[in-house]
Amino acid sequence: MSDMKLTLKVWRQAGPEAAGEFKSYPATASEHMSFLEMLDVVNEDLQAHGEEPIAFDHDCREGICGSCSLVINGSPHGPKRGVTTCQLHMRSFKDGDEISIEPWRAKAFPVLRDLVVDRSPFDRIIQAGGFVSVPTGAPPDGNAIPIPKEASDRAMDAAACIGCGACVAACPNASAMLFTSAKVAHLSLLPQGQPERYRRVLAMVNAMDEEGFGGCTNFGECQAACPKEISIENIALLNRDYLRGTLRERVAGTPASGVM
Amino acid sequence: MARDRAGLEEALRRIPELRAEFWSNLKVLGSADTLNQSLEKAGRVADYMEFAELMCRDALEREESCGGHFRTEYQTEDGEALRDDDRFAHAAVWEYQGEGTAPVRHEEALNFEFIKLATRSYK
Repeated sequence: MSDMKLTLKVWRQAGPEAAGEFKSYPATASEHMSFLEMLDVVNEDLQAHGEEPIAFDHDCREGICGSCSLVINGSPHGPKRGVTTCQLHMRSFKDGDEISIEPWRAKAFPVLRDLVVDRSPFDRIIQAGGFVSVPTGAPPDGNAIPIPKEASDRAMDAAACIGCGACVAACPNASAMLFTSAKVAHLSLLPQGQPERYRRVLAMVNAMDEEGFGGCTNFGECQAACPKEISIENIALLNRDYLRGTLRERVAGTPASGVM
Repeated sequence: MARDRAGLEEALRRIPELRAEFWSNLKVLGSADTLNQSLEKAGRVADYMEFAELMCRDALEREESCGGHFRTEYQTEDGEALRDDDRFAHAAVWEYQGEGTAPVRHEEALNFEFIKLATRSYK
């Protein structure tokens, strides 16, 4: 198959305070290229003509690091389900297509430049509660803590979250509930996560609100956009634990972590 | 990967030339005041230049073959790595002496108290 000719409409923005705009660029791609390789070629061409390359985040290019983050034709990570932008190939497009490429759009994720946004709010949510306490010393026997298969499977499914932020970009409220609930569920479903279970959920939800993410109103767009197909069941789990945590705090008059 | 003295000496001649060209004939668009991914990449290439030179220097210094370091001049008749424990049973680090000055090599001997050094055969 011969190369396809495309027109890209790319969001260009010089910096956080600068006004952004869409700019059109012609692109040529083979169907075997990944979407990011197509952008690499466009950037080489731009640089050869003395124009600054399009800034975009990328790292592992195999769908596990969570760095790549483009809204392609209105969909975070593009039209395919269950893949990240780096796993999207040009065979998903055809000759003559016009493709719009934007950054994640959310108040809590300010644009740093072009298609690069600041996702450090996610780091601060993790810092608020995304950890477990373990005794130091020799590692415990792996078989000493029995974990039901169903619990470990659900925890692993939640732990598949790569923290890319597509859930936020897809949500009409720019809510971070799918991300936060995945992190909460992955720890709270396991015995090791029990000591901080309620303190964790209160602290992480609080951090999420402070960062300026919106509330969840059950649109479900997040799970449709999630490259790891994280289920909104995790949000239900978070809500249950959040309610329990709030009640515990009220009854005991102490932080929820004080009483198990 | 196999290396020899001639190849390493040639690399050590050419890397400074490439580096000089890098620092004098490079186009990095944009400025240093904003997020600039081209500038980040240029910084990495500069690091590679330094690192490449040091690796060649170290490989040239180490006149033996051992593990992943294979010098074609130092091999057994069967083509296996030929160690020189008298001269190279040590850990070494290079100390940077500033630009344009050769780094200094420091050694710390490896002392084996309970196990005698031997050569393993994979045949």
